Amino acid sequence: MFTGFFFTLKRFGVPVSINEWMTLQEALKTGLTDASLSVFYRLARAILVKNESYYDRYDRAFTEYFKGIESDDILVDEILKGLEDVDPLTLTEAEKRLLQALPLEEVLENFRKQWEEGHFKGHVGGDRAIGTGGRSTQGAFGYNPAGVRIGQGYGRHGSAIQIAEKREFRNYSSDMILDTRVLRVALSKLRTLLPEGPLDELDIDNTIDKTCRNAGDPELVWKRSRKNKIKVLLIMDVGGSMEPYHWAVSKLFSAAKSQIKDLKHYYFHNCVYQDLWTDIERSSSIPTSDVINQYDKDYKVICVGDASMAPSELLDVNGCIEYFYRNEEAGIWWLHKLMARFPASVWLNPMRRRIFETSLSGRMISKIFPMFELTLDGLDEAIRALLKPKRPRITPEEIQSFINRRNRPYQIMY
Amino acid sequence: MKKQFKGTESYIASDALSEVVNAATALGRPLLVKGEPGTGKTLLAHAVAKDLGKRLLVWNVKSTTKARDGLYIYDTVQRLHDSRFSDHDVSDIKNYIRMGKLGEAFTADEQVVLLIDEIDKADLEFPNNLLNELDEMSFHIHETDETISARHRPIVIITSNNEKELPDAFLRRCLFHFIAFPDEQMMERIVKVHHPDIENKLLAEIIKKFYWVRSLDSLRKKPSTSEIIDWVSALVSGGVDPRRVKKEIPFLGVLIKKEQDIDIVLAQANPY
Repeated sequence: MFTGFFFTLKRFGVPVSINEWMTLQEALKTGLTDASLSVFYRLARAILVKNESYYDRYDRAFTEYFKGIESDDILVDEILKGLEDVDPLTLTEAEKRLLQALPLEEVLENFRKQWEEGHFKGHVGGDRAIGTGGRSTQGAFGYNPAGVRIGQGYGRHGSAIQIAEKREFRNYSSDMILDTRVLRVALSKLRTLLPEGPLDELDIDNTIDKTCRNAGDPELVWKRSRKNKIKVLLIMDVGGSMEPYHWAVSKLFSAAKSQIKDLKHYYFHNCVYQDLWTDIERSSSIPTSDVINQYDKDYKVICVGDASMAPSELLDVNGCIEYFYRNEEAGIWWLHKLMARFPASVWLNPMRRRIFETSLSGRMISKIFPMFELTLDGLDEAIRALLKPKRPRITPEEIQSFINRRNRPYQIMY
Repeated sequence: MKKQFKGTESYIASDALSEVVNAATALGRPLLVKGEPGTGKTLLAHAVAKDLGKRLLVWNVKSTTKARDGLYIYDTVQRLHDSRFSDHDVSDIKNYIRMGKLGEAFTADEQVVLLIDEIDKADLEFPNNLLNELDEMSFHIHETDETISARHRPIVIITSNNEKELPDAFLRRCLFHFIAFPDEQMMERIVKVHHPDIENKLLAEIIKKFYWVRSLDSLRKKPSTSEIIDWVSALVSGGVDPRRVKKEIPFLGVLIKKEQDIDIVLAQANPY
């Protein structure tokens, strides 16, 4: 039943599965909907939609499908021309009872017939045709529990099929649904388990050992359970060329924030110099050397940035892109200092590997930090690299040689 | 015909909510309830149990809760302890298996209401570990090689505060309802349930003020239903005049719990 509705929901981007659809069929079979469309509307929503941010899309899909007419603007406009806003019809309770809710198919069929017969022009009152203030199933401001309402944006009696048209849940809808679950599952692999807290876990090996030594009289040995004590320093490139990747970075950030208890984060622009920004607006900062000295070397460092910049920004004194900012030491040395202090450090790049590997700065930085794509797979690789840092670290001499060959970049590239 | 849930004297359920509860009961599926804090997610289970006259079991989920805790616990340590003395029968492993809340609900003699409160507090994988148990309403005890299956499928109500997203596979098996924040008429009914004797004039002022406070966008934590009820109690027992509520916000601390928010409200209330 209503299989078309399933596909309408899909088309509106509501993630419905066959399982849920079958549950709905089961519910319809048991007569739970009470043959009322408004109950069906809420029941189907409870079964099919599992996140309030999809409620709005559901409403739109519902409106489209059960309205029965394609959102054909010309058609609606033509009908609206014939409709005038007139005084609403007042009915006594007894009269209202007489107006039974018609089955939807019949209503729609009726509507189609009326439409074809051209019954919609300037019609007021009455029981059959499209018009205003009547008891028919079509038109607006009328009284029929199963009415098809056209246009108007609001109804008088609120009992028409299109409750959905009100779109009450518009505020919960967000086209940027923060689905960070997959990222967090990936990040949850990033852990160092250390014993912590009270002695609350049975130490089986020692218990057996002690018990044996006790000639079989059980002796229980307790140990501290192990908790995740991962410490992460997240350093993110903001502004300029990172703008297009803002979304990916904020997703990573929100995932890290909720998954990693001990997370410190700082910002930079293009390259790290003597200051790291503590806020995204880059209004307050902390000396990079403080960060290096303050945090112990167990911190895992994750830099996020596109690593694409002019060679001068990386290799020159006062090379920073910001005009009023002076750096006495070339950016590459600051990157080297970070890497030297924190052995477990990686760089996540929102660009594809084939792109960042062709840029000169990308090549140089990936010689300092193992560089991975900011994708799920890339994140997985990066986490493995963080837990088992294995490649030899770049020496200061090599860095110096980058600077020496400043004017012969092809020698750095290959 | 089975008894249908309609809300109780002290818990007003919207039509949508009671329909969903009844549907979940009829289909034997867990009902996942989300909504702003203080909209009565936890109370729903209490109300359902009361209205349908069923026993309520509450499983409070914490960050350390494991899915297995809800099924059963095999108390090895106790058994080991007891083996040193001869006053207990340690040969029967069954004596050391204790049912968790889910196990208790499955083995109950009659249908019960099981509330799994704040499922999002637990580990990311927690809901996934309960998939089969909630689907089949049965689980296996390895130690005794017994399968416990529900004699009467419990009415399972799960609440979530949206701290973590729940896995899709889990969501597919649930019915979902989002408790929207009540509108002004609904709120009036809710307050009247708790304070039947309240003066209409005072109530009108309170509700007006309350929705005004809620409309301030910059608030970190908007006051919710439970806060307005506390606020009304404070105002009623303090004998506050409706005119005073109109002019200022007495007992602001009952409504607003964060220092920064108090500053925001005061700044908005007295701009000069």
